Amino acid sequence: MTNKIILAGFGGQGILFLGKKLATAGMDKDLNVTWLPSYGPEQRGGTCNCSVILSDTDISSPIIGSPDTLVAFNIQSYDKFMPRITPGGRLFADSTLIDKRSDRNDIESFFVPATQMANDLGSPKLVNVIMLGFVIKHTGLFDRDYIRGVLTDSLPASKAALREANGRAFDAGYGYEG
Amino acid sequence: MAKVLIKGNEAVAEAAIRSGCRYYFGYPITPQTEIAEYMAKKMPTVGGLCLQAESEVAAINMVYGAAASGVRVMTSSSSPGISLKSEGVSYIVGCDLPCVILNVQRGGPGLGGIQPAQSDYYQATKALGHGDMHLFVLAPSSVQEMAQLTADAFGIADKYRMPVLILADGALGQMMEPVDFDALHFTPEPEKPWAANGHGGKRKKNIHTSLFLKPEELESNILERAKKYEQVDKNEIRYENYLCDDADIVIVSFGITARISKAAVNEARARGIKAGLLRPITLSPFPSPELLRLADTASAFLSVELNMGQMVNDVRLAVQCRRPVEFFGRTGGSLPSSEDVLEQIIKISGGLK
Repeated sequence: MTNKIILAGFGGQGILFLGKKLATAGMDKDLNVTWLPSYGPEQRGGTCNCSVILSDTDISSPIIGSPDTLVAFNIQSYDKFMPRITPGGRLFADSTLIDKRSDRNDIESFFVPATQMANDLGSPKLVNVIMLGFVIKHTGLFDRDYIRGVLTDSLPASKAALREANGRAFDAGYGYEG
Repeated sequence: MAKVLIKGNEAVAEAAIRSGCRYYFGYPITPQTEIAEYMAKKMPTVGGLCLQAESEVAAINMVYGAAASGVRVMTSSSSPGISLKSEGVSYIVGCDLPCVILNVQRGGPGLGGIQPAQSDYYQATKALGHGDMHLFVLAPSSVQEMAQLTADAFGIADKYRMPVLILADGALGQMMEPVDFDALHFTPEPEKPWAANGHGGKRKKNIHTSLFLKPEELESNILERAKKYEQVDKNEIRYENYLCDDADIVIVSFGITARISKAAVNEARARGIKAGLLRPITLSPFPSPELLRLADTASAFLSVELNMGQMVNDVRLAVQCRRPVEFFGRTGGSLPSSEDVLEQIIKISGGLK
């Protein structure tokens, strides 16, 4: 079983962090994983994406031509990567920033107002964590409690408030009923 | 220790420190700056030195001096910065000193771009510096291998007293994969009686120079070094043979493109096309004997590179023109997809029938 995931959005939305959590979760489950970022003169507000592959067999190429899962955080990423999703694949998109709806009927589309929800929680920075909960709910890539633990354990115990906020954002994404 | 998820650049830095490298001299350039960052953080904690020089030229000359004193030392840069180091590299070769140099290649010529490339193949394998010289060139293709080949590079550099260049690219430097550092094997540092590290009046002075004004002296110096290169050719060639032995089409590819090519080989096999991948791990010495052996059984070769066709000529020399050798590549920072490579395989296999 191989999962090819592209995460894409603006710099500052926590795209690379989110990808790293997925890759770490896979590694700790003894899967083969690769994490390949776009890199360049990127900065907050610029575009940013990363490719994560999780597989129980060897991963030859870390480069993803056609993702089976796309997580899009802005309209530019949606326009660029949505047409490339493998038939039968899944699209996850932040409906606060993406007002388009795909006319592809060969993929499953899931929308969540992640930016709006993060603002409601009082921390716009948590948009990626809300999305993580939402993606896990609909993909079952990892067990809910396991990946929630990977997320919160990556924060130092001294930052209990941050752990708690991240856990809450994850739960909000996981619990979202569109 | 469990595996850690780490960038290729960071894996090189950690492996270098574990190999006993205590001196790093560099100058920042994308896409390899994480190495300097990692070294700056870690070196002071192990009693080592990380120094950001005023330029690449200064950094390589600091490596030259440190190497002459007998310590394990390295520098790293990306393509334009490596060009700047070439004069110093030639002096280090001229003095037969060991050191490790990493090139995390980006597109060129000139400042070029910052995305992955393999366009410094000629520079690395033919002439990274003036004079009658070679470097030992290693080409990793995973993050674990970035770490292992760094460890190996220090051993090889000490064994043959020559600079070892690790030729990586922006993708390998920037990507993260799990690395098991406890699985690395290291070569202990040998005694270095030639080190210029203070004789205390008790032994003869060790002098390292690349200046030989008498032609016969310089010639004999070069001939001595050529014997070393013969030993390297004889003992140190490394490659990965993936499904080549029954292959009609053998892809030759290194580094990140070898991984893309491997995916294409698997897809070709699934379609009933007998493809294989010969991945040079040492680019200099080049695995020519293995390629010549495969010319007996393969019908065609395809060199896949991130440039306009450089290694392809070494493949042609290796197979002595006994089989057609095709080229496929992207350049300037673009990467081919495995589908692109598969298309080439199908094209060649159609032509074979």
